[in-house]
Amino acid sequence: MSERYLPLLATIAVFSALFITGGLLYNNFLSTLVLGDILADNAFVIIAAIGTTFVILSGGIDLSIGSMIGFVGVVMANLDPLGWHPLASGAAMLAFGLGFGALQGLIIDFCEIQPFIVTLAGLFLLRGSCFMINLDSVPIQHPFVAAFAATSIPLPGGGFLASSAIVMLVALAIAIVIAHFTRFGANIYAIGGDRVSAALMGVPMRRTTVAIYALGGFYSALGGVIYALYTSSGYPLAGTGNELTAIASVVLGGTVLTGGVGMVAGTLFGGMILGLIATLINFNGSLNGAWIMISGGVLLFLFIVMQRSLLSSFRLRGVA
Amino acid sequence: MTPGSNVETKTAALRPRANTETAALPQRLHGLRALAGHRAIWPLLALALILAVDGAISPGFFNVRIVEGRLFGNLIDILYRAMPTAVVALGMAVVIGTKGIDLSVGSVIAIVGAVITWRIHSGDPHLVVLMAALAVGVLCGLWNGFLVAVLDIQPIIATLILMVSGRGIGLMINLLYGGTNPSFTSPLLQGLSVGHIGLVPTRIILGAAIFGALWLLIRRTALGLFLESVGGNAAAADLAGINARLIKYAAYVICGFCAAWAGVVLAADTHTSDPVSIGLYIELDAILAVVIGGGSLSGGRIYLGMTVLGALIIQALTTSILTSGLPPEYNLVVKAFVVIVVLLLQSDNLRAALSKGFTGRKR
Amino acid sequence: MLGVSKAFPGVRALDCVDFRVQAGEVHALMGENGAGKSTLIKIMTGAVRRDEGEIRIDGRPVEINSPGEARALGVGTVYQEVNLIPTMSVTRNLTLGRQPRRFGLISWRTARSLARERLKRLRIDIDVERPLGSFSLAVQQLVAIARALEDDTRVLVLDEPTASLDADEAELLFQIVRDLKGRGIAIVFITHFLDQVYKIADRISVLRNGRLVGEGATAELPRLKLISLMLGRELEETEERLEALPHGAKGEPILLAEGLGRRRVMAPFDLTLRPGEVVGLAGLLGSGRTEVAKLIFGAIRPDSGRIEVGGARIASHSPGQSLRHGMAFCPEDRKAEGIFAELSVRENIVLGLQTKRGWLSRLSYSEQERLAQEMIEALGIATPDADKPVGQLSGGNQQKVVLARSLVSGPSILILDEPTRGIDVGAHAEIVTLIRKLCAEGLALLVASSELDELIAVSDRIAVLRDRRMIGEIGSGDVTRETIIRTIAGARS
Repeated sequence: MSERYLPLLATIAVFSALFITGGLLYNNFLSTLVLGDILADNAFVIIAAIGTTFVILSGGIDLSIGSMIGFVGVVMANLDPLGWHPLASGAAMLAFGLGFGALQGLIIDFCEIQPFIVTLAGLFLLRGSCFMINLDSVPIQHPFVAAFAATSIPLPGGGFLASSAIVMLVALAIAIVIAHFTRFGANIYAIGGDRVSAALMGVPMRRTTVAIYALGGFYSALGGVIYALYTSSGYPLAGTGNELTAIASVVLGGTVLTGGVGMVAGTLFGGMILGLIATLINFNGSLNGAWIMISGGVLLFLFIVMQRSLLSSFRLRGVA
Repeated sequence: MTPGSNVETKTAALRPRANTETAALPQRLHGLRALAGHRAIWPLLALALILAVDGAISPGFFNVRIVEGRLFGNLIDILYRAMPTAVVALGMAVVIGTKGIDLSVGSVIAIVGAVITWRIHSGDPHLVVLMAALAVGVLCGLWNGFLVAVLDIQPIIATLILMVSGRGIGLMINLLYGGTNPSFTSPLLQGLSVGHIGLVPTRIILGAAIFGALWLLIRRTALGLFLESVGGNAAAADLAGINARLIKYAAYVICGFCAAWAGVVLAADTHTSDPVSIGLYIELDAILAVVIGGGSLSGGRIYLGMTVLGALIIQALTTSILTSGLPPEYNLVVKAFVVIVVLLLQSDNLRAALSKGFTGRKR
Repeated sequence: MLGVSKAFPGVRALDCVDFRVQAGEVHALMGENGAGKSTLIKIMTGAVRRDEGEIRIDGRPVEINSPGEARALGVGTVYQEVNLIPTMSVTRNLTLGRQPRRFGLISWRTARSLARERLKRLRIDIDVERPLGSFSLAVQQLVAIARALEDDTRVLVLDEPTASLDADEAELLFQIVRDLKGRGIAIVFITHFLDQVYKIADRISVLRNGRLVGEGATAELPRLKLISLMLGRELEETEERLEALPHGAKGEPILLAEGLGRRRVMAPFDLTLRPGEVVGLAGLLGSGRTEVAKLIFGAIRPDSGRIEVGGARIASHSPGQSLRHGMAFCPEDRKAEGIFAELSVRENIVLGLQTKRGWLSRLSYSEQERLAQEMIEALGIATPDADKPVGQLSGGNQQKVVLARSLVSGPSILILDEPTRGIDVGAHAEIVTLIRKLCAEGLALLVASSELDELIAVSDRIAVLRDRRMIGEIGSGDVTRETIIRTIAGARS
């Protein structure tokens, strides 16, 4: 196949290797039960990471993801006692995420400010808003939440595909269609590959930039909704640092941080790798969370160096 | 638009509603120090405004008194609390001046805190521990510099690696001798952090010393000029015979050193190695301080004094939210609005749009 | 016959230029830097709006306000550097913005066959799924043409398509251009390679300083005439030299380059410089003037040959090394390679000496101020004070600041690339005077310039370049406009 798929293949290879290692080390590890658990536990962050994939493919970055997850949960938990159905409050938050992302995109494009700084302000704003609403964890008691948690599809081998995982897979499918089968998706790749050329080739820059960040905001809000439903609560510190997890998932998924190269599907595996590492470390009682961060960093380093050599291998021929 | 007229509109637009009185200001400022004049004036005014509001809300705000042989008061408190961020921001300003960024400073602080606790538990002399802590910061700087200058990885990505893994490294070090958040006591280190020399807290004195040393290094050698050249125009710097690789290394090492110093102060302050929460989000505050101080993320200029001013503004905001009786939860939101306002004021496009009353055409 | 006519009277960049392209012809648009070629192209392709005049296609007046509108009217463009996305596949590049869709979604199968079909028209057969960047530049260029070429394209603008191609690759491109011509497409071809113009173009229009200075069939426009049109003034006008240069090159060469070159950049060349001597580098745009200057300074790393300064060989060649050996370089593109816009005039100037001294021995403020003031006065830099950021000065003054920087290091060899580009007449004379004064003091100078008069005025010897090789050297006493132009036009490589 073309070298386009190399990073994705590398990601899947790393995932498989880790999974098999787990199977060799522990009984019962190599099962759909473990796989289903990993999917369910990481669904929210993978959903957010899928949105981030679009942003990173366009050469941008979104730091507001983690705060968005926390904010969405807190608002939903506070709307719960007012009699809002979680689906209604969830839909409202999705609209909010879309609008918030669009606003960030507009500021980035119109004011020509680095996305890093704009979304950093977004991070502060949303996290601060969480704290302003309430400081403690607030439960969401609507019966729908329990029903949502109870919904699952049995997998062969005793595992379950939890409802959050189902939502994540559907969100992924939609994202794949957007990225690879719409003109908007093609425009994202073009902007990430070369902004100047993309503009000359007729890509509508402002509209596309706004839409990219709106999409990112939408997906992180969806991640927040799923997290709130999954934990049946809203906690103002929820999602802290998840922007890093999401960005790491995207990079491990084979998307180049400078933009233009990568695949949305890879992000699923990138997020799964991180989830798998966490599970492996949990299986082993003697290891702890430190390993998660360090192995994340090491993998990040390896992937970045790999991507660089891959990129320069076909850029070198271009530049005299 | 010529570059010259650009500057005029910049000064004009920084004043939201320019009337004739304020419009006369730039003329008066067009002396030899005009640039320094209006570079510093807006952050200074912002700081003054924040303090004035504080003074209006709580009458005793400006009181400075002597308690137990040292200075006490809100103003001292602002300086005291701002110091770690200010020093990190100084290092950040140097890196940003070379068109870089260092996201890993918080992680460096976590590693430094862990190393200090570990070495003290191992019974090293405390002075050696201090040296080791600073050396760790330099080492982290060398790593970042290697990724940026040699492997030529985008700074934001390169430093992300250490940012992601650094706190894990800190946790690992803690595990070397057991315990999740081990604590330590060290009269020397705690003296540096929470002690005082005469009436003045030691960390303020040391912060000032680091500022002084850095200022000498940047402004009394040609290093500052070289750093700014590399950040301002890499191609031109190369043609001018500057070794950009070495200069970038220097920037990240300086930043790592500054972060290590903040790590010493913060770890000694809490007596513990808590890699998960020590210095959390300090990289964001530091970058913010640089930006408020007028530093552009596109590099080319290093404003040390202005960066400290930026850090003071951030701390003054936090302090005033506390003294004003607003819940501390408002802090982040206020900070977000400050960032947004500062950024929007710096945007040429927005200013153009505002001055045309939203009638202007898009780019 | 489809007659395409366009007329744009503009303000400064273009002054009442008429430009006509016939269907089924290759029309070369010639001119040195700043002649107005790119402005003309941009107006034609909708990137810039004209101020006056009108554009007609097939005799009908049209409005072209955006690249999209230009395309809709049948005007396709291939820009100077390949302006496609190297990270995307060929298919994606070819179909960006006009992907075939079924039920609202892109059908990549159709897109692929569309892409193959488009390439087939240009007789290219490549794997359309590979990233564009993995192909050679020539292929990328062809893909760019394929993208610009719609079914209804009637005018195809090729802006320096051969700039980074080698001879074989260019030949491939020309075959396709001839092919397109045969299909009745009008082709506007911009290049600085003279040989290529005579190989492919049917008609030539020459622009200079925003004016159309000549137009005609290629056959009726001999090389000599073309070059003098491009460089300005008629041959007869400028036979006199401003004055005999008082000095002569004396003694051992201070700079010796043997076989210096780099593949695809500049063919190996020899060059010597003696103290007190000015050597000019003449040639048309793109002939290799800047490349020679940069190779000697080490800004482009040579891959062949050797260079000696003052008898000592420079082993690892870099700008820093050159500087320490007493060379200084003043680049052509001051915005990209010269000035530090944020830094003050003073800092920009003293940097030249400071890099030589290293970072530890900083020039004191008073020394900096003295040096800067000296230079500001010597070169007549118009600035209120030395602390003004260079970015706020006018272009000519920026150029002087860059020149000042190369002078403060006290070089024994000074390399100037286009020292008077964009400088007004008064400053021009000052700089020429300065150059002469400098070599009277024993400085060796290498000057690359597109202004023949300027070169003639200052040079003892002139090395003539064409198509990235050094094709001759004109010794003292022989340096006239005519000999230079004859050398550029005449000698075949």
